[in-house]
Amino acid sequence: MKTLKFLIEKEFKQILRSKMVMGLILLFPVMTMWIFPWAIDYEVKDIRVNVVDQSQGTYSQRLIQKIDASKYFRINATLPDYTTAYRGIETADCDIILQIPPAFDRDLIKTRSSSVMLSANAVDGTRGMLANNYLMQVVNDFSSELRAGQVAALALFPQASLPVIHIQSRYKFNERLEYKYYMIPAFMVILLTLICGILPAINIVGEKEQGTIQQINVTPVQKFSFILAKLIPYWIIGIIVETIAIICTWSIYGMVPQGNILLVYLVSFVYIVSISGLGIVVSNYSETTQQASFLIMFFILIIYLLSGMFTPVSSMPYWAQIIAYCNPLTYFVQVLRLLYLNGSRFADIAQSTGIILIFGIILNLWAVISYKKRT
Amino acid sequence: MGKSVLTSPAIMIDVRDLHKSYGHTVALAGVSCSVNDAEIFGIIGPDGAGKTSLFRILASLLLPESGSALMNGVDVVKDYEKIRRMIGYMPGKFSLYQDLTVEENLYLFATVFNTTIEENYHLVKDIYQQIEPFKTRRAGRLSGGMKQKLALCCALIHKPEVLLLDEPTTGVDPVSRKEFWDMLRQLKKQGISILVSTAYMDEASLCDRIALIQKGRFLGIDTPQGIISSYRRSLWSLHAGNVRGLLKSIRSYPHVRSCFAFGESHHVAVEEGFSERDFQQYLSSKGYGQIHLEPISPTVEDFFLDMTIDN
Repeated sequence: MKTLKFLIEKEFKQILRSKMVMGLILLFPVMTMWIFPWAIDYEVKDIRVNVVDQSQGTYSQRLIQKIDASKYFRINATLPDYTTAYRGIETADCDIILQIPPAFDRDLIKTRSSSVMLSANAVDGTRGMLANNYLMQVVNDFSSELRAGQVAALALFPQASLPVIHIQSRYKFNERLEYKYYMIPAFMVILLTLICGILPAINIVGEKEQGTIQQINVTPVQKFSFILAKLIPYWIIGIIVETIAIICTWSIYGMVPQGNILLVYLVSFVYIVSISGLGIVVSNYSETTQQASFLIMFFILIIYLLSGMFTPVSSMPYWAQIIAYCNPLTYFVQVLRLLYLNGSRFADIAQSTGIILIFGIILNLWAVISYKKRT
Repeated sequence: MGKSVLTSPAIMIDVRDLHKSYGHTVALAGVSCSVNDAEIFGIIGPDGAGKTSLFRILASLLLPESGSALMNGVDVVKDYEKIRRMIGYMPGKFSLYQDLTVEENLYLFATVFNTTIEENYHLVKDIYQQIEPFKTRRAGRLSGGMKQKLALCCALIHKPEVLLLDEPTTGVDPVSRKEFWDMLRQLKKQGISILVSTAYMDEASLCDRIALIQKGRFLGIDTPQGIISSYRRSLWSLHAGNVRGLLKSIRSYPHVRSCFAFGESHHVAVEEGFSERDFQQYLSSKGYGQIHLEPISPTVEDFFLDMTIDN
């Protein structure tokens, strides 16, 4: 015990004396929580529309005005034909083309139905898709308005009334569908993974490079104590980083966990233990700091992209889903979102937390076993 | 206990036929030696001869392929945990924590061996006092000589029976080197057996016994005097004014066995039938003037170089 305590003290002294690492631990969370949520925003604004109005009627003018009134759209140009409008897409001057056919007004009056064509620029897939969806919504709104107007006109003849269905969407847990709120728990996850994954990964291998590990290996120190003394400081650092992130989220975005904050700490701690175990495993198998940093970056990239942090797991191909379910980060980001947005209780997150814990036990046992005092 | 009974000194380290190779590179091709109690035993040889591999095996950090090594009867492979308490190991490269201070390093190594600085202070006192003025300085900022002293303190603080010092004086200035050897003699007086390796031949004479190692084999094990007296050839030292091409000319002379440059002079080992006058005439005819030739007694280095020719 005395040895363990002293070894932990030694690790802390070394960390505290490395100005760069200290700066990283303190500044990194602030930077991440402060800057990235603004930069990574899937909300698409200022969509430039090229309009080809071949109908030139009252209804088509109303539709165009309605689009222009929306905060998402800006009428880029009104052009005589599709070919000219398409040039705008080719030169990336416009995001979407709205083509109103010559028969638009006539059909609306005669047959009560007509169609328009939307052509979105999908080079940036997300922007194209969202532009298309938003514009469709506007067009649908427009069509319901028309129907409502007709209903009013038909009110005199009740037998002939047309049924009108109003769809009113509500986004639960994130009412304004703010992408930021969805991503902030993910940024906490990114933060903890980077700090508690990379720092342990370059620690033991650093001792290999310095040669200090040889001196430790000829001492009677048990490898269990040695590894534990390496891990505990990163657990504590992880909790400090998490606290900074929580304070930043609260002070900058006014966002507090809807669930119990102790549960946030609990699941974060379990995750920190797991990911720092992975770091030590990587460190044990590497010969140089360079190898270790490449290897850990490789793993971190995989666990980031196959975790449902950016894209839902359910929309991944089957093989990717299997990897995602073998990824502790998948569970962590899920639990943290539940705690931050839904306000889940312990019973709701117990299973996922348990799975992260199992990962933690496996990785840490592996870390102790793979550390060899002899070659 | 048995020391008084035995007529020969007690054996502390017993190495028998150790083999170790890394892939196709043979590091140790069967070395055997024994080191006595309270003896300074030197392993002398060039870089890449296998010195570090031998030390790492004895320090229980590396497993040999075959052969055995016992330390005071304890096997370095089977009982490595006991071995680690018995030895003080100083690797060739400075391996203390550079970001910890002198004091913290010493405290660390005392703690991990479950002892305290106070308990064994008498062992390191003479050495530690020299670096004590810098005890709050980080180890990385010490000079080469002071680093070695600190490393020696850290290797001694748990009162080992055996010191394994792998090239402790490499890269250390001549004054610090001399001081270091003085310290080793003091430690020997305290009953500690010391196995030390070096690539400096002049340090060989400071050991009680030496083993010359090359390409993973011992070329000879004896006292420095014994090694020197086993040198049977006559040896000459040669000074000449014009040095260009001299080495080549000397080597091509029929009765010369070998010739090596030693600073400003050349050491020439000759075979039977060598005549000083003929040799001087030969060199004059080659255009070398101011030739000064005198017989000298050999050093360990001469012996070593002679042995390498046979290999």
